[in-house]
Amino acid sequence: MRSGQDLELVHLSKRYGDTTAVDNINHVFLNGSYVCLLGPSGCGKSSTLRMIAGHESVSDGSIVLDGHDISHLSPAQRGTAMMFQNYALFPHLSVRDNVAFSLHMKGVDKPTRHKAADEMLELVDMTHLADRLPDQLSGGQQQRVALARALVTKPRVLLLDEPLSALDPFLRIRMRAELKRLQRELGITFIHVTHGQDEALALADEIVVMNNAVIEQAGPARDVWMAPRTEFVARFMGGHNVISFEGHKIALRADEVRMADTGLPATVTAVEYQGAHVSLTAITPAGEEIVALVPEAAFFAAPKETGEAVSFVWDEGRVHRLQA
Amino acid sequence: MAMSRHVTGWLQAVPLTVVLGCFLIAPIIMIVVVSFWGATEFSIYPAFQFDNYSYLFGSAVVWKVFFATFKYAFITWAFTLAIGFTVAYFLAFHVRTQSMQIALFLLCTIPFWTSNIIRMISWIPFLGRNGIANSTLISWGVIDEPLEWLLYSDFSVILAFVHLYTLFMVVPIFNTMMRIDRSLIEAAVDNGATAMQTLRHVILPLTKPGIMIGTIFVVTLVMGDFITVRFMSGSQKANVGRLISNDISLLQYPSAAATSVVLLITVLIVIGILLRFVNIRKEL
Repeated sequence: MRSGQDLELVHLSKRYGDTTAVDNINHVFLNGSYVCLLGPSGCGKSSTLRMIAGHESVSDGSIVLDGHDISHLSPAQRGTAMMFQNYALFPHLSVRDNVAFSLHMKGVDKPTRHKAADEMLELVDMTHLADRLPDQLSGGQQQRVALARALVTKPRVLLLDEPLSALDPFLRIRMRAELKRLQRELGITFIHVTHGQDEALALADEIVVMNNAVIEQAGPARDVWMAPRTEFVARFMGGHNVISFEGHKIALRADEVRMADTGLPATVTAVEYQGAHVSLTAITPAGEEIVALVPEAAFFAAPKETGEAVSFVWDEGRVHRLQA
Repeated sequence: MAMSRHVTGWLQAVPLTVVLGCFLIAPIIMIVVVSFWGATEFSIYPAFQFDNYSYLFGSAVVWKVFFATFKYAFITWAFTLAIGFTVAYFLAFHVRTQSMQIALFLLCTIPFWTSNIIRMISWIPFLGRNGIANSTLISWGVIDEPLEWLLYSDFSVILAFVHLYTLFMVVPIFNTMMRIDRSLIEAAVDNGATAMQTLRHVILPLTKPGIMIGTIFVVTLVMGDFITVRFMSGSQKANVGRLISNDISLLQYPSAAATSVVLLITVLIVIGILLRFVNIRKEL
């Protein structure tokens, strides 16, 4: 639901000399939602985030928060806070002083700012390590501190630049659950830049897929995954086959493709056991690659080897026609 | 196998041990030994006596000279730090392209392609009674009489020191600054810090190791120097280095050795204090 407190990008552009990093994008980030900016590296997602944060100047257009144009305010005046990719904790300050940094800069006295910092550390469950230096913390702990430091300013919008990329896979899944919980608790807007579609699907109320400096598609996570608008989105979100069918491109989910006796003929090029599924990659006579995620039991009932011929079928209703 | 690894380890340590032993430890032991010897106007003789030291600590002149040495070191340190930090800060944070950084950095080192005696002496025609500085100021009408304190004074000595040694401050500070993660600066700005606050609360604390290394360079160089003081003061000022060089020119080696030992210990104490200062700050 739109409200007066949304964050809105209006004809926003960023140019570096001749190259355009962000090309005239428009988007409304609903207040209190978890939004993932998703795309490959160099697609403009980080530039967009950094423009919202105020660490990059706006070449054209404006950024509106609460009905005010904030595009020319300093980062601290915007009501946004940024969590950096490598966390950017001050190595010479204790965890508590890191969190209290912005209050220190505002001239808040020591007991007050330490009290506020301790409250934030409580929120991220780091109270017991408040006197440590950042070097003495693990990656996950550093991230919590970085979160606390960003949140202590009571931002309206929290900007996260690939926050999970520095963590190992196990910790990544735990931290993303925590991010989601925190966002629900605080009720503020989170804008999270990532190149991992699984991360975006797991976290986002809304996914904004970017490519070549523009927004390819934006919408609720399920809509984007179920109905990719373009070939790029279908391929980038993964789990889809993009094939030509009756003169135009269609997207077909890999888990909707079944092996059968008759149907689209193809030759198996790779078989990959994935636990619950077996991923079967095959090539059609037209030279198009098609991936079928076959349930493990169904596959081993009639196993296939590389080089064997297979036939694929799918429900016509599951075919999704792409617009581009 | 374990034995041979043991032997290899010792063998690998031998070259450095030999070099340090021959060129660092042995000379220092020699100086310490000689400092206890005795001397007459014509000869020096092996002995174990404290005459040299008791003379050193008993002489008011020596105390004054040590005080002057500290004064030179402190004032030079303050100026080289202020200038060096500013230059390094400009190079590291305001020059954007790396090629420009390298170019400007090399520009800083160009004066060092000439001998430091030349660089020192070239001040003399500039600062002299009828030198460029005085004649320019007179022609501008700023002064009527030539300034006497420009040359052969504490001013000229410190000016030459600052000129000679500022680069020793710039290099380590620049090096430390270049290793500061740029996202820390952004994080500071994101947290509402002004440029001054970022400098004071982020850059300065993180640059401390570089400042300390530069400080050790400048302090040891100034405290051990004798030629700059001699030339730039026209032999009117003294520091410990000149005390030693005078003794040597009079062939009073035991006395020179004793002064050297005291100077060495003084410098080591200063460095010890500096290092402790840094460590304490790191702990905080």
